[in-house]
This record gives sequence, structure tokens and C-alpha cells, in this order.
Amino acid sequence: MDLFIQLTLTGLTNGAILALAALGFVLIFKASDVINFAQGEFLLIGAYVTFAMIAQFGLAWPLGMLLTLLIAVALGVIVERLVLRPMIGEPIISVIMVTIGLSSLLRAIVSSIWGNQPKAFPPFIPSNPVNVLGATVGEDRLWAIVIAIVMLGIFSVFFRRSREGIAMRAVADDQQAALSMGISVKKIFAWAWSIAAASAAVGGALVANIVGVGPELAGFGLRVFPVVILGGLDSIPGAVIGGVVIGLLEAYTGGYIGQGLNQVLPFIVLIVILMIRPYGLFGQEIIERV
Amino acid sequence: MDSGIFHTTYEKDMALRRTPAQKIRLVVFILFLLVFPFFANRYYLTLANQVAIAVIGAIGLNILTGYTGQISLGQGGFMAVGAYTAGILTARMGMPWWGSTIVACFVTAAVGAVFGIPSLRLKGLYLAIATLAAQEIILWVVTHWRALTGGVDALVVPNPVTLGIQINNDFNFYWVVWGIVGLVTIAAVNLFRTPYGRAFIAISDQDIAASVMGVDLFKYKLLAFAISSFLAGLAGALTAHYRNIVTWERFTIDVSVLYLAMIIIGGLGSITGSYMGAAFMTLLPAVLTNLGRAVKGFYPAIDSILPFIQQATFGLVIILFLVLEPEGLNKIWKNIKDYFRLWPFSY
Repeated sequence: MDLFIQLTLTGLTNGAILALAALGFVLIFKASDVINFAQGEFLLIGAYVTFAMIAQFGLAWPLGMLLTLLIAVALGVIVERLVLRPMIGEPIISVIMVTIGLSSLLRAIVSSIWGNQPKAFPPFIPSNPVNVLGATVGEDRLWAIVIAIVMLGIFSVFFRRSREGIAMRAVADDQQAALSMGISVKKIFAWAWSIAAASAAVGGALVANIVGVGPELAGFGLRVFPVVILGGLDSIPGAVIGGVVIGLLEAYTGGYIGQGLNQVLPFIVLIVILMIRPYGLFGQEIIERV
Repeated sequence: MDSGIFHTTYEKDMALRRTPAQKIRLVVFILFLLVFPFFANRYYLTLANQVAIAVIGAIGLNILTGYTGQISLGQGGFMAVGAYTAGILTARMGMPWWGSTIVACFVTAAVGAVFGIPSLRLKGLYLAIATLAAQEIILWVVTHWRALTGGVDALVVPNPVTLGIQINNDFNFYWVVWGIVGLVTIAAVNLFRTPYGRAFIAISDQDIAASVMGVDLFKYKLLAFAISSFLAGLAGALTAHYRNIVTWERFTIDVSVLYLAMIIIGGLGSITGSYMGAAFMTLLPAVLTNLGRAVKGFYPAIDSILPFIQQATFGLVIILFLVLEPEGLNKIWKNIKDYFRLWPFSY
């Protein structure tokens, strides 16, 4: 029973971080129909910039985090302007490939600045063990869950209440109609990319806090795919629920079965979901039948 | 003074090489390939062999992605199937290298067709994600099925020997592999003059229209996956015999991305483009390494940052091609030819 609670908590934290990475992914897809293969690198950059701010420049963590978010937003805007905008109207394969190229470039930039060795991260969230229902878990892991929930709340309010959020939904629905209503589609794309980069940066900082910083953080970019396919590519609640489900699935298979099965099971789930319900649990059923 | 190339007979229109200039270029290229190994040193021979293997893989992926329009991120996984099948058959069962290579091609074709099944229901980016999952699943099986593949340890393959000649030294292998490239090229260019190839192109243009015109999507999509994987398996099996060693690191998702990059940079839906892209992406890291060695004299720190420069250049080249010339090297080559054909009135 202790093992079960332990695994559940681990799964929930991993799921929360996956959900944070997936949120940005879904946001970009929702607004601009682009699959972002560089989402893991956004996470990586978030982790390393936070590391630089706190460990290398010695800033207090609220200030360091704020600067990290600003840098992430700037990165999102630059990427959208220089790389993605020329791709509007190009075939899907070009769009996929350009984000893959971007991921390679970003990873190279990160490793040329900070090297390839994993580094210990000065924890700005304490990792004292906390006793939950008989299982011990680091405090930072609990915070990860809290932060993911808060981010989800902010995102939901943003999409329902704010001008930009509503405009973003309009663009996702129909770009031409949105244009004719006076919404600047370009501005909305820039918004989507910068928010995606910012949420990935938060996720990156959280992971770094728990496991330290290293180039393998970019692996989250691939682990996001089962999450978003399960939840639905264009659904924000889907990203969170998908994240939690995949996180728990990985934790349970890792804990009870082992054999590294937890690495491959999400992808098997992905193929199964694609075959029976390609739009995911909460996605819109607009996928083309072949 | 002509303003372009126009054909007046069907024979000319169907011909693979339509102008005398094309024929001359082909002959020059073949002559170059025949003479090259006698002048090249081992380093250049190794590069040439790597290019040849890449060309086979790139043609395979181009048949699926370029001509049939089915995006695949599973090329690395399919090459792994080919390499491990060939390696296991030769190392454990003592099958001759050519026998295991042929079996490997068919096994990979079957695996490819199985992983092509999602393409019947999915297209575009959903298919890309499904093939990405295929890549991850294949690689997981390879690294975890220890009894069969040896897991993460390298699988050692004995030297291929035929009639007392060791095939896999650089010089001998050059003839084998470029011979195979020649056969593959002839098969591939002729494939698109048959009803099968035409059906592939029809599917990529408009799958619904193709199906209305009587193209059986089920059959032809799986066939495209099978043919493409057949060539991926061939490339993988040749790698296994050439290197004497099979390790899973050679077939990661990065390899799938590399091959996709080759055909995009070379030109989608073009055999010539597959050659150009394969050569470009194989030679790029080698050229960068040599440049790095050249500047090492006055900038010794180059050694430590060279891998990053290579990775950054890889990403940058992909982005720049897609932004500036999405149709790739083949299109650039065409533009150059058009410029000189129409000179001095080219604009």
C-alpha cells in the first residue's frame, strides 16, 4: 500500500510536469496548427536559464524566475517571427521539419553555453521529505503538482476572460474570420509561442529543481506526444488529464513491472489511441478520415 | 533560341533522360564513380561508402514521403530492424552476408507494412506522430529483447567473405555498395513509370480523388510502406556488414530525422534529390570536422565546441532550406540549369 501511494505521488508529479510541457504544445497547435517538436528544448532552456540566474548570477529566486519568464517570452516571439512565420501556408512536412531543425539548433546553443554535463541545481523549493498517507515524498514534488494546477487555472481564465485568450480561440477556429473581425493573427501567433515558451520554462525550472539540470531534459519533448494525443491535440484540460494519466501509467509500470516497460508503454498507448480515437479524449472531432 | 524544353512525342516525354545534356551528365557521373576508388584514399572511400548507404535509405524514404506523401519518422527504427536481422542471421546462424541481407530486406518490409497500418486511418501530422511511436517501440524492443539482440551491447558481425574475397574493406565494399545503389536507382526511377508508382503519386496529390479513380488506398499505402522499409532494411543490413558491428545508437530518432532532412534538403519526390540530399547531409559533418582541424592552429578550443557547431549547423541548414528554398537542392540545380539555358534572356 505504501508503494502504491509512493508511486501515485511520483506519477502525479511527473504528470504535472508533463502537463506543463504539454500545455504549451497544445496552445501552439490550437492557435496555429503547428506541431512543435522543439517543446522539450524550450523546457531545457527554461531549466538552464533559471540555473544561470540563481546559481551563476546569485539572484534571489523570485527575481530569477521572473527574468527567466521574460527571456522565455522573448525567445517565443523571436522563434515565431524568424522561423515559423515564413512557414505559414507551407505543407505539414515542412512545418514539422522546421521545428525539428529548431530543436537541434536550440539544443546546440544550450550545450555550447553550459556544456553537456548534468549539474546540480540549487533548490529554490525545499526538497524536505514530507509524509503523505504513510509515503514519503519531497516537498518540491508536491509543489510541482500545486504549480501545475495553478497554471491550468490561469490558462483557463485567460482563455475564457481575457481579450487575447478569446482572440486566440477565434484564430484557432477560423483564421480568415478572425482576420475579418480585426484580430491580428500574427500577434496571436506571437502570443501563443511566447506563452508556450513561458509555460515550458516553468516546467523546466520545476524538473531542474527535482532532478538537476542536464541535456537529457530535452527528452520531455518526445514524452509530450503520448500526453497530447491521449488528451486531444487541441484541448487544454486534455493536456492536464493526459499528463496525469501518462505520468501515473509510467510510475505504476515502472514500480510494479519494471523492465523499462514504462519507457515504451506511453507510445503503445499513443498508437492504440490513434487507431481508435485519433482526436483523443477531449479533442475536437475534426480529424479527416482517410 | 529555345525558351525551355518541350517534348513533341510520347516516347520523348516518357524517357528518363530527355536531353543530350542529361545523358552526358549521367555518363560523366558514372565514369567518375568508376574512376574514383583508384585515386581516393581510405578516408574518401569511407565517405563514399557512407554516402552510398545514405542514398539507399534516402531513396527509400523518398518513395514513401516524397512520392506517396506519407510522412515517416520511423526510418531509423526500420534500419535497425534490417541491421539486427542481418547481423543475427550472419553472426548466430552463419548465413552468408548476401543471404542475410536479402532476408533482412523482406523482414523489414513486413515490419514496415505492419507499422504502416495506422496510415490507413491517419494522415499528415497524426501519421508522423504514429511513425514516431513506431520508432520508439522498435528501438525499445531492440534494446530490451536481450536474448535475441544482445540488448544494449554491441552485436558483432563476422567479416563478409565471398569466394575468398573480404567484402567489407573500403575498396571492395565500394564496388558492392555502389553496384547496389545503381540497381536501386534503376528500380526506383522505373517504379514511377509503372501503374504502382503512378498510384503512389496519385495518393500524394489527392488521396480521395485517387480512391475515386480506382486506386486501392489500403493496398498501395501498405505497399509504399513495404517498399520504403525494404530499402531502409537494405541500408541497415549493409551498415551491419560494413561496420562489423550493430549498436542501437546508430538507429535512434536522430537518424530518422537525418533521413527526413536529407530528402527535404535534396528535394521531395525526386531520385536525383535523394542523391544530393544524402551526399550533402553525409558530407556536411565531415567538412565541418576538416574545417575545425584547419582552424585548430590558431584556435585550439575548437575541439571542444565542434560537436555543438555540427549540431547547430544541422538545425540551421534545415531551417534555412525550408525558409529560403523549400524545394531543396534539386530545385536550385534546376534553377542554375535554366539560367544558363535561357541566357542571356534569363530572368
